[in-house]
Amino acid sequence: MAGKTLYDKLWEAHLVEERPDGTSLIYIDRHLLHEVTSPQAFEGLRLQGRKPWKPKANLATPDHNVPTLLAERSSGIEGIKDPISRLQVQTLNENCRLFDIREFGMGDERQGIVHVMGPEQGVTLPGMTIVCGDSHTSTHGALGALAQGIGTSEVEHVLATQCLLQKKMKNMLIKVEGELGPGVTAKDLILYIIGQIGTAGGTGYTIEFGGSTIRSLSMEGRMTICNMAIEAGARAGLVAVDEKTLAYVENKPFAPKGEMWEQAKAYWQQLVSDDDAEFDKVINIDATVIEPQVSWGTSPEMVTGVTGIVPDPEKAKTETQAEGITSALKYMGLKAGEKITDIKLDRVFIGSCTNSRIEDLRAAAEVVKGHKVAATIKQAMVVPGSGLVKKQAEQEGLDTVFKEAGFEWREPGCSMCLAMNDDKLGKGEHCASTSNRNFEGRQGFGGRTHLVSPLMAACAAIAGHFVDIRTWEGEK
Amino acid sequence: MEAFTVQKGIVAPMDRANVDTDLIIPKQFLKSIKRTGFGPNLFDTLRYMDEGQPGMDNSNRPLNTDFPLNQKRYQGASILLARENFGCGSSREHAPWALLDYGIRVIIAPSFADIFFNNCFKNGMLPIVQPGEVVAALFAEMYAAPGYTLEIDLESEQIKKPSGEILSFQVDPFRKHCLLNGLDDIGLTLEKKDAIFAYEAERRKITPWLFS
Ligand code: SF4
Repeated sequence: MAGKTLYDKLWEAHLVEERPDGTSLIYIDRHLLHEVTSPQAFEGLRLQGRKPWKPKANLATPDHNVPTLLAERSSGIEGIKDPISRLQVQTLNENCRLFDIREFGMGDERQGIVHVMGPEQGVTLPGMTIVCGDSHTSTHGALGALAQGIGTSEVEHVLATQCLLQKKMKNMLIKVEGELGPGVTAKDLILYIIGQIGTAGGTGYTIEFGGSTIRSLSMEGRMTICNMAIEAGARAGLVAVDEKTLAYVENKPFAPKGEMWEQAKAYWQQLVSDDDAEFDKVINIDATVIEPQVSWGTSPEMVTGVTGIVPDPEKAKTETQAEGITSALKYMGLKAGEKITDIKLDRVFIGSCTNSRIEDLRAAAEVVKGHKVAATIKQAMVVPGSGLVKKQAEQEGLDTVFKEAGFEWREPGCSMCLAMNDDKLGKGEHCASTSNRNFEGRQGFGGRTHLVSPLMAACAAIAGHFVDIRTWEGEK
Repeated sequence: MEAFTVQKGIVAPMDRANVDTDLIIPKQFLKSIKRTGFGPNLFDTLRYMDEGQPGMDNSNRPLNTDFPLNQKRYQGASILLARENFGCGSSREHAPWALLDYGIRVIIAPSFADIFFNNCFKNGMLPIVQPGEVVAALFAEMYAAPGYTLEIDLESEQIKKPSGEILSFQVDPFRKHCLLNGLDDIGLTLEKKDAIFAYEAERRKITPWLFS
């Protein structure tokens, strides 16, 4: 009998019941909540007179809709100017109080983007099943946990029953071997993978990321990879547990301690795919050929190396692809054949659950240090992923580096990643963004997003256009 | 949830691949704490010429007359014909809510994003997967015949064309059962209470840190 994949193991450990057609009841260990996708679920509970099954399994924090300007933040929920946003943040706060759910509220230094806060607090741990009404829940898979995004009806279902109804996905292994070149980051790797397999490449699968390249990444780098599993179509991404995982989790506030820690550690060490495990699909990636990536279109698969050019729809393989490219170029205001490094930028955004952790900020600050944001850039902003990331960065003086260079240093939240608050692009503006989605209008009505790594965003801010971080010498 | 048995209605096109949930319902409308009222802002950026905001009177906004849903022949549509990877992007259930609020109960496409697909069933909507050629043929027939309608019969898993031709589709037995009867799956799961308790008791021994 073939061995088991990590996904098989996680699935089996959480299976409560399976119906003949494969629909299964899966037990959920951790449920994260935020203000945007939870109000209707709580409302549903109330209407039916239901209560959360296990209040302690839930943890909430507002992130999508919170203002990131200190002036607007300092007076708490009451200070949120937009009345509709305020009501939503208030509603989360009230629901948490009524249903006895722990919340890291707006004034709490632990507040942050839900996917940054979870691992940082040890609220999400290896071996767990984790859900949240947010597709980037896949991030937590970096810990060796089965983590997936769910819709609001499922949020209600998990609150009420601690279970999720679903069928098992297929197993995919993306095996990455070789060393990433200097200046090439986890973000470039995942963008490159999405460029190769497409945004539907992982649909119906749980993707395990393995191979020497993945093992050599830091935990935060692995989170960046799993974060964008959803952009490759997979609801969940996974990385096997290793020494780095354990070292990362140890001593986190919500992680088990003492004897319980030893017990947990022994259990977690088994969370790897067996050598003889069979995957339904295996994709091999050579990390050595990857350049820093820049997206040029309106889907994360529309991406190329920084030395590349904007593609020509006439050379597309299928008609649907050609139409996709044509409409993307029109929206993006780009011409086929244009060099990526000729794309002029208006704004730069460093943040989001993909790239707003301390290592991301350190890397960007390293590039920015001693330089000035180009005069042609209207706005360059850094939005730390959580209050604790912000605090850490300030202790290291990164905020000063950014501010001296002309970046704005903001309060934690999703911010311009989805532009629900005031942080957004104007019509036609090009933005170098460390976020994960470049859909039309994602960062603002008519805004044009280019997905890049924090390093690439930082040097683009200085140069005013994209530059190859590997050869860039900086302009003082 | 409203039961789904048979749906006969006008078919409207959403003729592009990878339609993402930001396109289906832009984020500014996600500030609402309700499940309803999203219909007027379905495909907002494509439907109107200006930037929509929550609370706006949509009846006065300039329409994009090229957009099919603004054209007379597609008024009252309850079936949406779409291309590959429909509903990709975020997990927002506001996307199916917006479609439903507009009046769409069936979406036919060659493929769907997983979370969106799942969210549809929770709202009494039926996403139907058909091979790319079949979808292409449906697009051609629909464009050629204003007022083109289809009849979707869930029980027999059939699509009836105006010509009388029949296409078949497949739905998970459990999802079909829930849709046909308009069942609330929370209620169904709570019937399994004892199995969940038993699971918890067992897990508590193996992974006690998750229960402390
Ligand atoms: S940072 Fe962006 S992608 Fe991440 S949870 Fe917030 S809005 Fe979603």
